[in-house]
Amino acid sequence: MREVAIIGIGETKFGELWERSLRDLGIEAGFKAMGDAGISGNEIDAIFLGNMSAGQLIDQEHIAPLIADYSGMAEKNIPAIRIEAASASGGLALSQGYMAVASGVHDIVVVGGAEKMTDVGDDAANEIMAKTADQEWEAVFGATLGSLYAMMARRHMNEFGTTKEQLASVAVKNHLNGSMNPHAQFRSPIKLEAVLRAPMVASPLGTFDFAPLSDGAAAVILAPLDIAHKYSDTPIKILSCGQAGDYMALHDRKSITRMDATVVAGKKAFKYAGIQPKDVNLAEVHDCTTISEIMAIEDLGFFKKGQGGKVTEDGSTALNSKISINTSGGLKAKGYPVGASGVSQAIEAVTQLRGEAGQRQVSKAEIALLHNIGGTGSSAIVHLLGRC
Amino acid sequence: MPEARFWRENQARYNMIGHKCGKCQKVYFPPRDMCPKCRRASMGKMEKIQLTGKGSVVSHTTVHEGLPEFQMQIPYTMAIIELEEGARITGQIVDCNGECVKIGSEVETVFRKLGEEGKSGIIHYGYKFKLIE
Repeated sequence: MREVAIIGIGETKFGELWERSLRDLGIEAGFKAMGDAGISGNEIDAIFLGNMSAGQLIDQEHIAPLIADYSGMAEKNIPAIRIEAASASGGLALSQGYMAVASGVHDIVVVGGAEKMTDVGDDAANEIMAKTADQEWEAVFGATLGSLYAMMARRHMNEFGTTKEQLASVAVKNHLNGSMNPHAQFRSPIKLEAVLRAPMVASPLGTFDFAPLSDGAAAVILAPLDIAHKYSDTPIKILSCGQAGDYMALHDRKSITRMDATVVAGKKAFKYAGIQPKDVNLAEVHDCTTISEIMAIEDLGFFKKGQGGKVTEDGSTALNSKISINTSGGLKAKGYPVGASGVSQAIEAVTQLRGEAGQRQVSKAEIALLHNIGGTGSSAIVHLLGRC
Repeated sequence: MPEARFWRENQARYNMIGHKCGKCQKVYFPPRDMCPKCRRASMGKMEKIQLTGKGSVVSHTTVHEGLPEFQMQIPYTMAIIELEEGARITGQIVDCNGECVKIGSEVETVFRKLGEEGKSGIIHYGYKFKLIE
């Protein structure tokens, strides 16, 4: 296996981008990443594209060759592969691209993630998101994805004394981080009271406990580490990746206050990289809801089970505290173009590790962790990135 | 969505028929052809089992932003139930507002309409839960 580095990054604005199509977004992110790496199309061996549900969201399947085509690559006849793992599609595309370069099959690979959520209405988008849980035994009975996360939150509150204020403090922190990120969809800090006063979506979770539905795309360029310096002064090494799965339906899991897919994926990633959770300076974790971030920082080994709410409330996960969690603003404030999120997390990590994060720069950023989950946690992908 | 998709699950959804692993005796609902604990050793040994439909609430939520098909029922209560036989399932709790449901509340299944395929399509049925008084 060869060592692999990220040599270029690029992403679109995230938000309700009515004037942009999925292909527009995918092309823009890819071109920006290629420009950042200073490579030409002639050097690209393959494209891996994470996308949850283009078939339902924009009535178009087979989108990897579509985006490759409109990126001018049709006559290069390169392979373009779409990767799907619900909301972990982007993270999985990154791991597949990583393995393709590590194995020696490809040298230069573009890993993209793209999602267009707003060509359908909110109801339809929620219906499509619910299908990432078990359609036949959860959604058919009325379970939304949000309601399943709400049941995790209720149980976490019951077992560990987690409070609504602690859940809300995740949103407050991530919006504060987002206010310092020019790429974030939401740039305004929010107050704890505003989160607590927000209308209920599925009790105990309200509007501000959820990441938004966004359009957007993100892309990174991968290369073998031994040639990475040819393209970038600051290549960022992929130290490891771990993927794990679990029961599809939340009710079948051993516990609904712990995601075993996250636990196992994290352990694998730490083992392959030969490092410990305490070595990590910053982490982009999958905060599709406030409770997901609380569970993630416990399941990844940063904090003890049950302490996630308390440590968020006391500031231990704020920028430049014990560990900086979701410095980008997370899915919550940076935005949540579902299949793009895993790749977007990598962009924040690379920006931080390069020391280019400006106002929100983590001091001594050496090692970053990325955590992407699919559905209610039946897929989890963890990457560790480090400075060379 | 073709009606066969609902029809083929009717036995389990109408009658609460699960599967019991003939090797480790663990009970599953919905039915599974293989026990995830015993895997190959359970092949061909999964037996049908009639569940009582009684259980207790593991967690619950009151849904205010629901799926389009459930708009008329908002707010409605969803729960994860641990059945007496050990299997856990997700279902709606009816005949009460969310406030009377607690973690640990005892519930039992009731046979109800789940939804319909548009205005002229088939109606599909299955289980929901109500509190045991």
